[in-house]
Amino acid sequence: MPLPAEFADLEPYADWALPTEPELYAKRLASSMEEMQAFYDAAFPRLEDAIAHIDGHPWDDLPDDARTLMHLMQGLIMASFPVEVWKQPRVPDSGAAYLDLVVEPVV
Amino acid sequence: MTATLLPPEFSDLEPFAETWCLATESERWERRMSSTMPELQAFYDAAFPRLRDALDHCDGFPLDDMPEQARRLLQLVHSTIMVAMCVEIWHQPQVVNGADAQIHRVGDPAP
Amino acid sequence: MALYPKPAEGSWTEHYPDLGTGVVSYEDCISPAFYEAEREAIFKRTWLNVGRVEDVPRNGRYFTKEIEVADTSIIVVRDLKGRVRAFQNVCRHRGNKLVWNDYPGEETSGTCRQFTCKYHGWRYGLDGELTFVQQEEEFFDLDKSDFGLKPVHCDVWAGFVFVNLADEPPQSLREFLGPMITPLEGYPFERMTDRYAFRADVGCNWKIFLDAFQEYYHVPVLHSQEATPAARPKVTGFEAPHYQLDGPHRMVSVSSAPRRLWPADYQYPIEIATRSGLFGPWNEPDLGTDLPGTNPGKVDQWVTDNFQIFPNMEILIWASGWYMVYTYWPTSHNTHRYEGTLYFPPAQNASDRAAQECAVVMFKEFALQDAGMLVGTQQGLESRAVENDFPLNDQELLVRHFHKAVGDWVDDHWSNLGGLPR
Repeated sequence: MPLPAEFADLEPYADWALPTEPELYAKRLASSMEEMQAFYDAAFPRLEDAIAHIDGHPWDDLPDDARTLMHLMQGLIMASFPVEVWKQPRVPDSGAAYLDLVVEPVV
Repeated sequence: MTATLLPPEFSDLEPFAETWCLATESERWERRMSSTMPELQAFYDAAFPRLRDALDHCDGFPLDDMPEQARRLLQLVHSTIMVAMCVEIWHQPQVVNGADAQIHRVGDPAP
Repeated sequence: MALYPKPAEGSWTEHYPDLGTGVVSYEDCISPAFYEAEREAIFKRTWLNVGRVEDVPRNGRYFTKEIEVADTSIIVVRDLKGRVRAFQNVCRHRGNKLVWNDYPGEETSGTCRQFTCKYHGWRYGLDGELTFVQQEEEFFDLDKSDFGLKPVHCDVWAGFVFVNLADEPPQSLREFLGPMITPLEGYPFERMTDRYAFRADVGCNWKIFLDAFQEYYHVPVLHSQEATPAARPKVTGFEAPHYQLDGPHRMVSVSSAPRRLWPADYQYPIEIATRSGLFGPWNEPDLGTDLPGTNPGKVDQWVTDNFQIFPNMEILIWASGWYMVYTYWPTSHNTHRYEGTLYFPPAQNASDRAAQECAVVMFKEFALQDAGMLVGTQQGLESRAVENDFPLNDQELLVRHFHKAVGDWVDDHWSNLGGLPR
């Protein structure tokens, strides 16, 4: 599903529009820092506009393009920690540990 | 003009450079194990007769400051040594009676 | 065959009458209970080689060593005074593993001026002293001098770093190494600075793998391809010219004409092309004529000495001027981690480097035959189809001695404690 027309500039990053946390976490671990930085640089400045756009619709009845935009913003949140904090895809000092998210309210 | 991976006087080995100029033993080992004997034999037949020339060329530079092309040529020599094991000794990519054993090289001098 | 003279008793084995000549048992390689006894009696009490001084070349350099058989990890560090020291790799606060990088179970190395715990930030100097406690005032009469890192006995011989996990080692390192090993201190190990390190996880008891590196009876058979097709019919067996035992340690020398002087069809083409091969590079460094401790039997055409230092270290010195060190680290009664390092004088040019590469590649080729096959030995022994009824010949003297030394060490320890565990 394409993004709303006014967010067409984010289409190159549409592969980050994934509905669940496990999908997003796997995407993050499989991405390079260059890829995440590029996505972050493009998407972060549009975050407030995106939230405003989504808030313009009833939460329990989002149009498909607004839902895709919501998933993309969840992807931005996933990429933000590697970019802003860790400077690497993996959490430092986490060894082989993992925490699987098994229940979440999927938008 | 296309840049070559190897020094110009080794243009006869250029067809093998992409495949066999590998910096580490683990890469050379993986390439060997995933190659067929005809592939290994073809590389050996081309590279083995040039081994002395290649080393003479590389010996013209300090080991810790080799030009890129010479460095890759030395990698090709290392691959020739690796492949010689299959061609000269085992007549197959795998070590005879090596079963599924693995021994990993975890440190060596560069290059 | 008898290529070489035997001792007056008629055999090397009978030269050491305590060993007997009877059949032996390998229960010590398949019994989980023996493994438990062995880790207490041997690995927590003997000197263990964990590296070389070149691994900690400058003040502040450190490495960690996982010693699974003793359930521990240690830090080896060159402190700010230049002393090589060892500590248990455990923070004194809550017991966290102190130094690790990506994964707690993986060894690491680096340079630092202090060790900082990832958990609550306690810091230790390179002498092990606790130097900083986060929110120290929240503790109760904490005296930092009581909570330094737990030291591990550490000593250096011939540039080899040894540790001993006992509270009080029964012998100093040099006493333990004894008169056969200690003279090697004069050998120029420090000149061999080009090193190639190997690791393997092997599915057999550590002693089974070690056994294959202390007898050459198997070489013409399992490693028949070490001889070229032309040479193979000439190889009818193997004899060593000299064996020697000293305490729990043992050695064997090998002699032969240098492989490079064999007929061309007795060498593989790649050996001639690289001027190297299975027995090492042809260009020999000038190490002088005085190589203390080597060739103790004064054999002619000396090629190598293979010193087995109890319990799990082997130093293999080649007359042509290079050496190898193997260590065998048990990880369970039927698995171990093998570490093999080959040391050469520094390569001066690409030809030297290619010569090293050929020797190193050929080493791995034939070691893989041992690593592959000895899993089968473990399986055969574990079947218990045969028990306590395995013969050994005179060329397998060191195997006989090794298992006896291990058994004696275990018996001594546990009889002092009133019997084996369980």
